[in-house]
Amino acid sequence: MFDTDELVINMGPQHPATHGVLRVVLKLDGEKVVDADVVIGYLHRGIEKLSENRDWTQIVLLTDRMDYVAAATNNLGYCETVEKLMSLEVPRRARYIRTILAELQRLASHLVWLGSHAMDIGAVTVFLYGLRERELVLDLFEEYCGARLTYNAMRIGGLPLDIPSGWDKKVLAYCDIQDEKIAEYETLLTQNRIWLERTRKVGVIPGPEAVSIGLSGPPLRASGVRRDVRKDEPYAAYEEFDFDIPLGTNGDTYDRYLVRVEEFRQSTRIIRQAIEGLPEGPIVGKVPRLIKPPAGETYHANESPKGEIGYFIASDGRSTSPYRLRVRPPSFCNLQALRRLVKGHLVADVIALIGTIDIVLGEVDR
Amino acid sequence: MVDGHADKPARDPDSPPAPAAPGGPGAGSEPGKGSSPEPAPPGAPAPKPAPGPSAGARPAGAAAPRAEHKGAPAPPPGPPDPPPPADLPLPAWLQALKEALAGSIDQVSYWVGDWTVIVPAGKVAEAGRFLHDHEAGRFDFCSDVTAVDWPTRAQRFDLVYCLYSTRLHHRARMKVRVADGEAVPSVTGVWPSANWLEREVYDMFGVRFTGHPDLRRILMPDEWQGHPQRKDYPLEGPGELLMESPLDWLKLRQSADESSIK
Repeated sequence: MFDTDELVINMGPQHPATHGVLRVVLKLDGEKVVDADVVIGYLHRGIEKLSENRDWTQIVLLTDRMDYVAAATNNLGYCETVEKLMSLEVPRRARYIRTILAELQRLASHLVWLGSHAMDIGAVTVFLYGLRERELVLDLFEEYCGARLTYNAMRIGGLPLDIPSGWDKKVLAYCDIQDEKIAEYETLLTQNRIWLERTRKVGVIPGPEAVSIGLSGPPLRASGVRRDVRKDEPYAAYEEFDFDIPLGTNGDTYDRYLVRVEEFRQSTRIIRQAIEGLPEGPIVGKVPRLIKPPAGETYHANESPKGEIGYFIASDGRSTSPYRLRVRPPSFCNLQALRRLVKGHLVADVIALIGTIDIVLGEVDR
Repeated sequence: MVDGHADKPARDPDSPPAPAAPGGPGAGSEPGKGSSPEPAPPGAPAPKPAPGPSAGARPAGAAAPRAEHKGAPAPPPGPPDPPPPADLPLPAWLQALKEALAGSIDQVSYWVGDWTVIVPAGKVAEAGRFLHDHEAGRFDFCSDVTAVDWPTRAQRFDLVYCLYSTRLHHRARMKVRVADGEAVPSVTGVWPSANWLEREVYDMFGVRFTGHPDLRRILMPDEWQGHPQRKDYPLEGPGELLMESPLDWLKLRQSADESSIK
C-alpha cells in the first residue's frame, strides 16, 4: 500500500485566519493534525518592561494596547490592582460606571469574536452584522471619552469623566437593539447545518482538563466549570447585580459559541440594572496627589471577555513607577490549549479552533 | 552602562552558568553571592539587607549596573513580605502545608488580603503537589507563574505562583527565592498550565526549570541573548546586532565611529 509521511506545514504569521500574527507549525498526516507547535512573540512590545519605567498613572494607557478590542477591561484590572495596593476606596457611582463600561466592552469584544469566528468558518454575513452593532458600542465610548479603540477610560481611584447627559438613555437604547440582534445572529448560526457540522464535537475538552490546562473565561465555562471572577471574587459593582453564568456541557466549539451568545444577554441585563440603579455621588475617591503605593505585592484578577486577566504588581514603596508589573493575559493562557485542541482534527478545524479560543495577539505577546 | 552589561552577552544562556560571573548585578557585599551552588539554609528567612550596603559597599572594581537610570538611589533590597497579624488565624490549607512540610517553610506573609507562603526552591514541586491535592487546598488552577528581580539580594529572583481553587474558591500565592543560575523544579507535572508561564519566566529572567518538557524561549526570538526583564537589562534593548553577534555589539558600544566595525 502507500507509504505515508508526516508533513510539516507552516501556518502564519501572515495568515488571515490567525487573527494577527500567530504562527502555528502543524505536523500533518494526510489532512489530520498529528501535532502542533504554537509560536508567538511577533507582537512583543515589552509592555511589562516599559511599565517599570513609567509613572503609575501613565500605565493605564499602556494597558489599552494589550487587548485592544477590550481596552476598558484592561484599564479596570490595572486600576483596581493599584487601588488594592493603596487600599483606596472607590465611590459607588464610579464602580457602577466602571461596570457599565466593562460590560459594554464585553459586548464589543464578543461581537468581534462572533464576527471573525463565523467568517473563518464561512459565514460572512455574521461578520458584517457583528461589526455593525460594535459600531454602536464604539459610538457610546466615543461619546463618553472621545476615543474609539484605546480609551484610557479609568483612573486610579475612579474615573476621568462623569457620563455625559443623556448617555444613559443611549446605552439603554443600544441594549434594546442588541437584544433584538442576538436573535438575528442565532437565526443565522445556531441551527445552521453547516455551522453545526463545523463546530460540534470539534475541540472537545472536558472540565477537569480545562482547569488543569489553564483555560479561563468562556472556554472554561463551556466545559461545564462554574468559574467566573465576577461571581467568585466580585469586583467593581458586580455583587450588586443579578446575572447568570451560562455553562456548557460538552466543552466543544459549539458550546463555546452558545456560552458567549448567552453572555451577550447577561451583559445587557447587567447594564440595564446598572443604569437603573446608578447612584449619585463623586466619581473619584480620595486619591493622593502623588501616587506612591506602599511597598508590597499583590495579585488581582478581573473577568475580561477572554478570561481571567490578572495583574501582579510589586511596589517598592519609594518610586513613582511599579517595581514590577506582570499581566496574566487570558489569551496567552488559553492559547496554550490550542496544541491539545487541534490534535486529531483536520486542518480546516484548526481555523475554527483558533477562532473559538478568542485570542488577541496584542495581549498574547504584550 | 556598557560596563554593567559587559558580562552578559559573553554568557551563553544555554550553557551552565559560570561559577562566578564577574560584576553581576548581585555583586553586593558577600563574595559568595548569587551563583554559589548551595542555596541559603532552609528555614532561615532570607536576609533583608538594610538600605545601606547596596550602593556603598560595592567593590571598587564592580560596575554599577543601574547607574543609567535617572539618578535612582539604591535599588530596593527586596519585598517586605510582612508577617500576618498575630490575631489572624492561618487558613486551613496553610496550616496543613506547615504540618506536611514540617520546618521547611521559610516564611508566611499576609498583606492586603493575600496569603503568601515562601518555600525553598527545591520544595516547590512538592509543596505545589500538596496544595493541589490536599482537601483543604484543592488549588487546581494555576493562574500565573512569574518572577521579580531584586538584584541586590543574593537570591535575586522571586518566583511567584498565583494559585486558585475552582472548587473552594480561594486564592494562595507561593513564592520561591532563587539565585542567578540556580535551577528550580518545574511545576508542570502538577499544573500543565504552567508550561508556557515557566517558559516566559525562563525567557524573561533566565531562571531554568528542571523537568520542564519544553524549555524554550517564548516571546523573544530563539537566538536572543540576555533576558529582558532583568533589572540590569537596558530598557531600550541592546539593538539588533546583539542578536547575531554579541562581540560586534560590544565594539559598537565602545567605539566612537561606528563605521570602523567590520
